[in-house]
Amino acid sequence: MAKELLKGNVAIAEAAIRAGCEAYFGYPITPQTEILEHLAKRMPELGRVFLQAESEVAAVNMVYGAACAGARVMTSSSSPGISLMQEGISYIASSEVPAVFVDVMRGGPGLGNIQPTQSDYNQVTKTAGHGDFHPIVLAPATIQEAIDLMALSFDLAEKYRTLVFMALDGAIGQMMEPAELPPMQEVRRERPSWALTGKQGRDHKNIVTSLYLGAEPLTKFNAKLQAKLAEIEANEIRYDELLTDDAQLLITAYGTAARVAQTAVKRLRQENIPVGLFRPITLWPFPTERLGQLAGRVPAFLSVEMNAGQMIHDVREAVGRTVTVDFLGQPGGVIPLPEEIEDKVRQMWLKLEAVA
Amino acid sequence: METSIIIAGFGGQGVLFSGQLLAYAGMDNGMHVTWIPSYGPEMRGGTANCTVIIGDELIGAPTVAHPDVAVALNLPSFEKYAPLVKSGGLLIANSSLIPAKSNRTDIEIVTVPANAIAEKFGIVKMLNMAALGALLAKRPLFTLDALLQTLHEHLPARKHHLLEANKLVLQRGYAVGMETAVPA
Repeated sequence: MAKELLKGNVAIAEAAIRAGCEAYFGYPITPQTEILEHLAKRMPELGRVFLQAESEVAAVNMVYGAACAGARVMTSSSSPGISLMQEGISYIASSEVPAVFVDVMRGGPGLGNIQPTQSDYNQVTKTAGHGDFHPIVLAPATIQEAIDLMALSFDLAEKYRTLVFMALDGAIGQMMEPAELPPMQEVRRERPSWALTGKQGRDHKNIVTSLYLGAEPLTKFNAKLQAKLAEIEANEIRYDELLTDDAQLLITAYGTAARVAQTAVKRLRQENIPVGLFRPITLWPFPTERLGQLAGRVPAFLSVEMNAGQMIHDVREAVGRTVTVDFLGQPGGVIPLPEEIEDKVRQMWLKLEAVA
Repeated sequence: METSIIIAGFGGQGVLFSGQLLAYAGMDNGMHVTWIPSYGPEMRGGTANCTVIIGDELIGAPTVAHPDVAVALNLPSFEKYAPLVKSGGLLIANSSLIPAKSNRTDIEIVTVPANAIAEKFGIVKMLNMAALGALLAKRPLFTLDALLQTLHEHLPARKHHLLEANKLVLQRGYAVGMETAVPA
């Protein structure tokens, strides 16, 4: 198929359709409303389910229900809406049913604003709801990658019976870029063996629950859940590297911040500053091991984020205490400029050279 | 090589569409492109803007502090972006709505009576095409014919009867751009 000029939100919605998404439940909120708009038009045309719920709380519980029935299901929202969904998200995690969430992040805390930020990094990677779990969190930096990761989201969710988040900032949702959509996958008719379909002659009842009353069953369940998370950590880490081979200074960034950093890296290389870019694609599981390896020969890191400094803590944990980790970024809805990153890197490089 | 273009004006002046048209034309002509609108509180005030980047390599940052080209379709946009254009850059100003002059001597300034051209050769809504014509005269990212081809392909069929008038407006804007001398 040929490349089309696609808006991020529309691309995500259409990619979900092409991935065979059977049902969508959601509630409008800027800057992701185009996802609902696109699905509202397309899903009924295809005989699939689109439902605008009365609130995010209702939407997440509809997602939970459809997931229990074995449907390929998703929702999307933006920061405050994701906060409202957290109870349901935790129930879904505990019930081990697959579901895909898209968070097009906006400025916070509170109602905040509608500008692009990455201020929900901690929320989605660490505390997507109460209890001990992590969703898989995917962070696209281009429209093409958003399309590709959307299909992957459903596959991973079903492979591990887990939650998958696509976390992007409002800029990726709102911008347009040439990209290619995959061919259409029809909705899968057969249901997974664990799904709640009615007994249908089976000799046992399928039960999906998030309630384990005693300490012993809940401890046992958590052990199983942690083992699954460990398996995901072992298998599903994804990242991208730009000019890391000879780098003496590495920028860590994802999403739009990584795009801006990429521009800065290219310009700084023209000044012979040996800087590279490390871009996590999975924010959870975080590419801790690879960053640790790089820290063996790279003395300085710079975390560029569109927030007050959230991923930087994962970077610090990965690279250890002997390595410098600086921060550049701000909360509130501002896309950093390449020039700001260039200035910061030049200062860091001068310091490194002075020591050497 | 990358060219960054900010197009700004009132809602309804075709700001977002003309940016998309440039992006489509860039894509159709084998270039890398990004298009990003302002969608924040500033557009609630009635002005809209978008940033288009066209280049021969993958594009990183989708926004810029200092664009190579600014197209100001109204006075507030002129006041905001005239000071921001990169030194050596280009400013296209819709003189039908912008009585002011810029005192910058380090950029090229083309004044296009975009509303007047659009009203004479088509309808006033085509003023964005007059500005794009002038832009292409000064920055030949692709030919006028290539842009017309893109317009033909991306304008909804129900608006195809407007193609001929759009062409005339584009050509007139292009002529104004060509007539504007490069400052010594």
